Amino acid sequence: MMTTLLRPLIVLGLLTLAVPAVWAEDTPATTSSAAQTSAPAADTAAPAAADAAAAPAAPTEPQLIGTDKINSGDTAWMLTSTALVLMMTIPGLALFYGGMVRKKNVLATLMQSFAVTCVVTILWWLIGYSWAFTPGSAYLGGATRALLNGMTIMKDANKITVSHLALTIPETVYAMFQLTFAIITPALIAGAFADRMKFSAMLIFMSVWSLVVYCPIAHWVWEPSGWLAVKGVLDYAGGTVVHINAGIAGLASCLVLGKRMGYGREAMPPHNLTLTLIGASLLWVGWFGFNAGSAGAADGRAGMAMAVTQIATAAAALSWMFAEWVVKSKPSVLGIASGAVAGLVAITPASGFVGPAPAVIIGIVAGVVCFLAATSLKSALGYDDSLDAFGVHCIGGIVGALLTGVFASKEISGADGSVIIQLWGVGTTLIYGFVMSFLILKVIDMTIGLRVTEEQEREGLDLALHGERVE
Amino acid sequence: MKLITAIIKPFKLDDVRKAISDVGVQGVTVTDVRGFGRQRGHTEIYRGAEYAVEFVPKVKIEIAVVDTLADQVIEAITNSAKTGKVGDGKIFVFDLAHVIRIRTNERDAQAI
Repeated sequence: MMTTLLRPLIVLGLLTLAVPAVWAEDTPATTSSAAQTSAPAADTAAPAAADAAAAPAAPTEPQLIGTDKINSGDTAWMLTSTALVLMMTIPGLALFYGGMVRKKNVLATLMQSFAVTCVVTILWWLIGYSWAFTPGSAYLGGATRALLNGMTIMKDANKITVSHLALTIPETVYAMFQLTFAIITPALIAGAFADRMKFSAMLIFMSVWSLVVYCPIAHWVWEPSGWLAVKGVLDYAGGTVVHINAGIAGLASCLVLGKRMGYGREAMPPHNLTLTLIGASLLWVGWFGFNAGSAGAADGRAGMAMAVTQIATAAAALSWMFAEWVVKSKPSVLGIASGAVAGLVAITPASGFVGPAPAVIIGIVAGVVCFLAATSLKSALGYDDSLDAFGVHCIGGIVGALLTGVFASKEISGADGSVIIQLWGVGTTLIYGFVMSFLILKVIDMTIGLRVTEEQEREGLDLALHGERVE
Repeated sequence: MKLITAIIKPFKLDDVRKAISDVGVQGVTVTDVRGFGRQRGHTEIYRGAEYAVEFVPKVKIEIAVVDTLADQVIEAITNSAKTGKVGDGKIFVFDLAHVIRIRTNERDAQAI
């Protein structure tokens, strides 16, 4: 037990080895790096910052403006993007994961994504949005938007609130767009602990994790006053905030929960890869909202984000497929679908910063590296990351975050990339995400218990937890 | 009377049905089964996890015939189910004590 726990921890240590060195260096925060922050639509604030003497200072908090300042094209695209990203979780991710589990657990797996969608929505309304996307301190947003208080539209006065992160769309749209990111992140974690967590424990874990891990990290990286944003960490659409974060929480949860019963001895093949391929396809389509929507506007950067998303995904799907073809002798459906997701993950942080050629390289690297992580690394270290949340999302996210530092184009984004600064984002998320997830899970385990009983696990979660089954 | 049980490749079922109808067989029972013989199974790989599938899907047919028809039926099955490759299946022949038609209580040869 201890050794299976220790070995992945050692790897985690190695992954974050570079961080203390970076901390010691302590890159000074400059105004230019602050303007380069990658929060969706932060670029709208950049020209104002550069021209501070002539123009009024860029807004730093949500504010009331005239409705005539709202851009209908931007708003239409962001409404669409919000729907696309919601579709990534339900039904996209739900089907992607649902097809990969055994038949006795398919409903429980679908249920996790759906329930997380509902719970996180309420938490986002309650305080999540405010903590993530209002100024507050460098470490956590304020409570001014608790219960979405103050977010409004005044029809007769022609006034409307906008977020300081997206000045041309209603704040309601921005908050709902960001909500869909807050939903998919915890839902991704479920892939690591599939088939064995109690539903009650999962609800509590996801709720606490959303508020204690997701909201702060989103604030650090995306809110312009967040400390990683000030440092100049680039994360266009959530490679760090969403994917590394969810992946490392996945590693923590499969370590705390332990392996599935019979793991390594019994056959646990996916029960329906048709569902998985449909899910992966919905993820792919929805990802245009995720990446191109992170422009916060219907503009040229959104177009470039869409182009590189498509190209990197195709490259990664092919590179995983060919890697598998060479190593395991057959190109598999699960392989090409997994490769596509790995490519989507890896291009996420880079999407608003790179051009098409780097996208191909990012895709190829992500496909091969994630293939190795989900196959060789996992079996070498012996953890049971059931559906490879860590192997695909965390590893793919790290590949993307670091290559963003290598390939970021000043011409496209106005920002210079730096691998060292990117390491700050990666390392911080790995450490904070792992430690907090581990603690939350341990506390739940010691109080109400995390794992279903042996009989329930053998019977299947569909019947044991939900009293339903598919035939 | 004989009970002829044959394990055949699933895709050969229609050919076998036609062949035994042609020699005068009035009824057959068909079951989906799994098993292994010399053909053995195959390996499936999902994200690097290999599973040996030991049992191969087959179809089992059961036919009750009068003794005089048995050899013709066996020949019909053999000819129609053969591909010449490992895994074509086997035929088992049993002596059959009684046959009873439930509707009429007819017995043995009348009941077949």
